[in-house]
Amino acid sequence: MAAMQQESAIRTSNAARVLIYLLLLLFAFFYLLPLFVMGVNSVKPLSEITGGNMMALPEIWTLEPWRKAWSEAQVGVQATGLKPYFWNSIKMVVPAVFISTVLGALNGYVLTKWRFRGDTILFGLMLFACFIPFQIVLIPMARVLGIFGLAGTTWGLVLVHVVYGIGFTTLYFRNYYAAFPTELVRAAQIDGAGFFQIFWRIMLPSSGPIIVVSVIWQFTNIWNDFLFGASFADFSSQPMTVALNNLVQSSTGVKEYNVHFAGAILAALPTLLVYIVAGRFFVRGLMAGSVKG
Amino acid sequence: MGFLDIDSAFKTYGSVEVLHNVNISVGEGEILVLVGPSGCGKSTLLNMIAGLEDITSGEIRLKGNLMNGVHPSRRNIAMVFQSYALYPNMTVAQNITFGLEMHKVPKAERESAMQEVAELLQIGGLLNRKPAQLSGGQRQRVAMGRALVRKPEVFLFDEPLSNLDAKLRVDMRTEIKKLHQNLGTTIVYVTHDQIEAMTLSTRIAVMNEGHVQQLGTPKEIYDAPANLFVATFMGSPSMNLVPVTIKANGEAVYAETSNSFGETVRLAVPEAGSDLRSMSGKTVTLGIRPEALTDKDGADHRSTHVERCASAVGVTEPAGSDTFVTTSFGEAECVARMRADTDASSGAVIEFAFNMEKAVFFDPGSGIRID
Repeated sequence: MAAMQQESAIRTSNAARVLIYLLLLLFAFFYLLPLFVMGVNSVKPLSEITGGNMMALPEIWTLEPWRKAWSEAQVGVQATGLKPYFWNSIKMVVPAVFISTVLGALNGYVLTKWRFRGDTILFGLMLFACFIPFQIVLIPMARVLGIFGLAGTTWGLVLVHVVYGIGFTTLYFRNYYAAFPTELVRAAQIDGAGFFQIFWRIMLPSSGPIIVVSVIWQFTNIWNDFLFGASFADFSSQPMTVALNNLVQSSTGVKEYNVHFAGAILAALPTLLVYIVAGRFFVRGLMAGSVKG
Repeated sequence: MGFLDIDSAFKTYGSVEVLHNVNISVGEGEILVLVGPSGCGKSTLLNMIAGLEDITSGEIRLKGNLMNGVHPSRRNIAMVFQSYALYPNMTVAQNITFGLEMHKVPKAERESAMQEVAELLQIGGLLNRKPAQLSGGQRQRVAMGRALVRKPEVFLFDEPLSNLDAKLRVDMRTEIKKLHQNLGTTIVYVTHDQIEAMTLSTRIAVMNEGHVQQLGTPKEIYDAPANLFVATFMGSPSMNLVPVTIKANGEAVYAETSNSFGETVRLAVPEAGSDLRSMSGKTVTLGIRPEALTDKDGADHRSTHVERCASAVGVTEPAGSDTFVTTSFGEAECVARMRADTDASSGAVIEFAFNMEKAVFFDPGSGIRID
């Protein structure tokens, strides 16, 4: 009797499993379709695209569109390709992610382990930063950048993204450190470690998962940002997203779709890479922060 | 002046007073145990000694030096935490030497100090492991090693054994006591386990609701509790409390109560003090420990004041080494500790023996002991 029940349970679970996998495959196919279109069209000559068949595999394989998008396409005044803008983005993203993550970690450390009167109110106010739409701060931020003399520079963009990111990074680290045993900090105090020694030697080495979360989140958001880049950067500091827009939206000449596709993939590549490398830590880190906190 | 003095210490959080006028003087080499139910302020007091919490008013002095406001690392104390608080990212060796490193002790010296401690605690084989790879007992040892390596004036233990299983707890308790005998360092030890308090301490401070209820040797605390709280908190099963009426008859003083049938029971009180004598005619609470209330053969033969009376047995609870027998006196449930092979059975009427030398009396209103 029990054996029969078990057998039928196995059979239904097998059937259910097949169904689930079919559904998953269907969705995976659906979500991968745009990537396929982009990939396929970025390696065929323009004539094949204008010829009408977007979905077909290329008849002539070529990397010419990629080379063009990277180093030859007319983006700004000069035909430089996306290359300089790619480096602009890197020069903006790396310091912005680093600074906002370190500051978020410090904030989280202070807000949980060096409690003071009104700390929860302060934290609540910092959380507001997560809910302020970008558009609202455009004009005041332009004023601030002007006053600091950072208007139109990469460091200006770094400042904007750090200010915007601190709310999120503080939230992540505060929740993570809330579950971090305070006794460790007290033990370190008795051992004679100071404020920063405790931070560097005890807190940060145990913060791997939440650092990954913070880095992925900040990297993706800052790399993909268009509004601040379009508003506050000049030609010498425009990030990849703005350049891609300029490339695709240019109204003169023939629309080189294959080059556009290659450029779009180039623009998406770094975030994709970050997810592939660190993605499995991402969910783990989010869970660690939220469940225990 | 003692080795560690706590003088009229108060601690308040906003309007909440968590410690009220604590005065404790700890002698060099003593083990002072702070014991009490959770929320009694014992851990707060320990943290104040450590310097992890500010003292609201009063003074804490170590070897005569005022410690108020001195940073924890400059007090020459070491602390073992309930959760052990081992740094998860460091190896055992790094955990032990971290404090020395912070105090800028040269590397060679750190190394030799660590080897010494590792040998003492038999953790030499674990030095390269991370805390996550250790068992509870091993973590406990490492935590003690971290405290020992700094050769502090005072060890502070914050419920160090409460995360261990029952067997290991008893072993580690013995080991702490041995360690203390070898090193002779002053220890302040916080626990909520009254057995730990009794077995480890040279003196106990029983605390409740921020007040030190009684400070004394384990024997004083156990035999002459200052009030009803101490009487019931210390000892397991806890002290029997029987309402009795005091009758003074010339030199003799009696405590009158009733047995399970409502018959009057008269218990002669040896060496009654004047306070108790003056309560004549009034109702007070008689406190008698289960081991002082036995079957007539089990009574302490050295006691010259054993009073006997019959009463009906409620339930019997064989516990291996003893059998606990319940009955009632003065309509209060009482537990008697009898020999394991006692013939008492539920419903039977047997003779109970009160060892009145061990009896104490309390004012039922204030709860304070009457002598």
